[in-house]
Amino acid sequence: MTSTTPKRDGWRLKQPSVIPGFGLTLGFTLAYFSLIVFIPLIALGIRSAGLGFDGFWKAATDPRVLGALRVSFVTALIAAGVNVIFGTLIAWVLVRYRFPGRRIFDAVVDLPFALPTAVAGIALTAIYAPNGIVGHWFPFRIAYTPIGIVIAMIFIGLPFVVRTIQPILEEVSREVEEASATLGASRFQTITRVILPSLTPAIMTGFALAFARGVGEYGSVIFIAGNIPFVSEIAPLLIYIRLQEFNYVGATVIAAVMLIISFAMLFIINLIQAWSRKRFGYGN
Amino acid sequence: MATKIRHLHRHHTSPVSESRTVQVIAIFLCLLFMALFLILPLWSVFIEAFAKGVGAYFSALANKDAQSAIRLTLLVAAVAVPLNVVFGVCASWAIAKFEFKGKALLITLIDLPFSVSPIISGMVYVLLFGAGSFLGPWLKSYGIEVLFALPGIILATIFVTFPFVARELIPLMQDQGTGDEEAALSLGANGWQTFWRVTVPNIRWGLLYGVLLCNARAMGEFGAVAVVSGRIRGQTTTIPLQVEILYNEYNGAAAFALASLLAMLALLTLVLKSFLEWRFGDELAATGRH
Repeated sequence: MTSTTPKRDGWRLKQPSVIPGFGLTLGFTLAYFSLIVFIPLIALGIRSAGLGFDGFWKAATDPRVLGALRVSFVTALIAAGVNVIFGTLIAWVLVRYRFPGRRIFDAVVDLPFALPTAVAGIALTAIYAPNGIVGHWFPFRIAYTPIGIVIAMIFIGLPFVVRTIQPILEEVSREVEEASATLGASRFQTITRVILPSLTPAIMTGFALAFARGVGEYGSVIFIAGNIPFVSEIAPLLIYIRLQEFNYVGATVIAAVMLIISFAMLFIINLIQAWSRKRFGYGN
Repeated sequence: MATKIRHLHRHHTSPVSESRTVQVIAIFLCLLFMALFLILPLWSVFIEAFAKGVGAYFSALANKDAQSAIRLTLLVAAVAVPLNVVFGVCASWAIAKFEFKGKALLITLIDLPFSVSPIISGMVYVLLFGAGSFLGPWLKSYGIEVLFALPGIILATIFVTFPFVARELIPLMQDQGTGDEEAALSLGANGWQTFWRVTVPNIRWGLLYGVLLCNARAMGEFGAVAVVSGRIRGQTTTIPLQVEILYNEYNGAAAFALASLLAMLALLTLVLKSFLEWRFGDELAATGRH
């Protein structure tokens, strides 16, 4: 009889399994990923590395580029802030309260995921334009100013915040709240001292996701923005303009700066989630 | 006595809930916010679309360029979605059914296209196939145009919709484990039989859910496609691009008429998605709600 004991030592890519298809599926996955995502992104990296540090720095600190990056980041920050406040409230209301139409409103939260950005853009512009149904109530202009950009980014970012907080809020155990109430805390104290701290990682993740989405957003913003350089011109639009001018170097530099920042955000989100899993035992 | 108890009960505030007044104010605030930011824009699409009457609406849809935009959008989705389905099934099979090195990294990388601005998603293909690149002129010498043509639009669409199916299936198949497949294999089924008769029925609703979201994005993508399309009227304009062209020509009613098609697609997607969550919620992945 021959021994059937598998070799235990040595490096191996995969644990043994009776299920077939590992080579085929992983091979296709990696090939497809490389062709569609990896190689194109690497091409972008090589192009920007080819500039050298001085060339890169000079292009990245061009005043119009800095202006566009500032507009994108400041408006995305404000919109993510608004979304955190209302997104948390909406998640709370949808999870805790019962009212007619709750299911419909729950479904409507996902509208920005389903509605194409260009459609959202022209619709928001129509509403918030100076002669629009909402816009005409305001003594100042909303559309064609940075406020319009914030409005579009609120639209696009809201579901990220709500859908990140909702499942966590459903998991928060009622016993802790009961204990807090029994020990004499007012409802306000229970919410701010007991519930909100356990929601903090989810709120931070939602904020980061909404912020990252806002910074990169193009379709819903350009119609309502006005697109005036240094005032309401967002970074993705400037990339687009540079590409139309066949100024690939200029476009590459802005894209590289944005990618570096959004990958840093992605990294921070992962850190928050790892930390919250350790601290609270759950995360998403 | 009984009425008194009921009376007390009604006005009693639970220690783990807010007072009725606070609840009503909170609900009102949320509904107002959602009305202003979500429902009003959707509603205004249809109002603006019919602003010049039903006749103008249908003639805008029957326009030659509009028709070609609709055909192109359907064609792009018909190529991009199935490719991403094959990829999603392969990736989740490899990730959920096997333990291998670098798995966590692979899961993170699959989500990568979601954290890239749509403009950059389109731009990477301009760098790869555009003037001054190595590939573009080489393919052109064989008569293959990628940029400002159908292949570029399809590539950009695949890029932005890349993670949808995979991110729905991976957690679902991880939850389901390998028990069913192992049982089928030990009973003598071969690999393909196991996949088609055991795995596919297990994941069908999750798969449909992923396909719905993938398709909505594929048909509605604007930024990435705008970069690679070149906007040749009647040839490389998808519905969202045609909407933009009409809007910028101050032809608002026609722009909103075409946009209303995409809005109806979005509504249909939401309805089907909610139905799947309500009816087959436990057969969908618990996480990955977007």
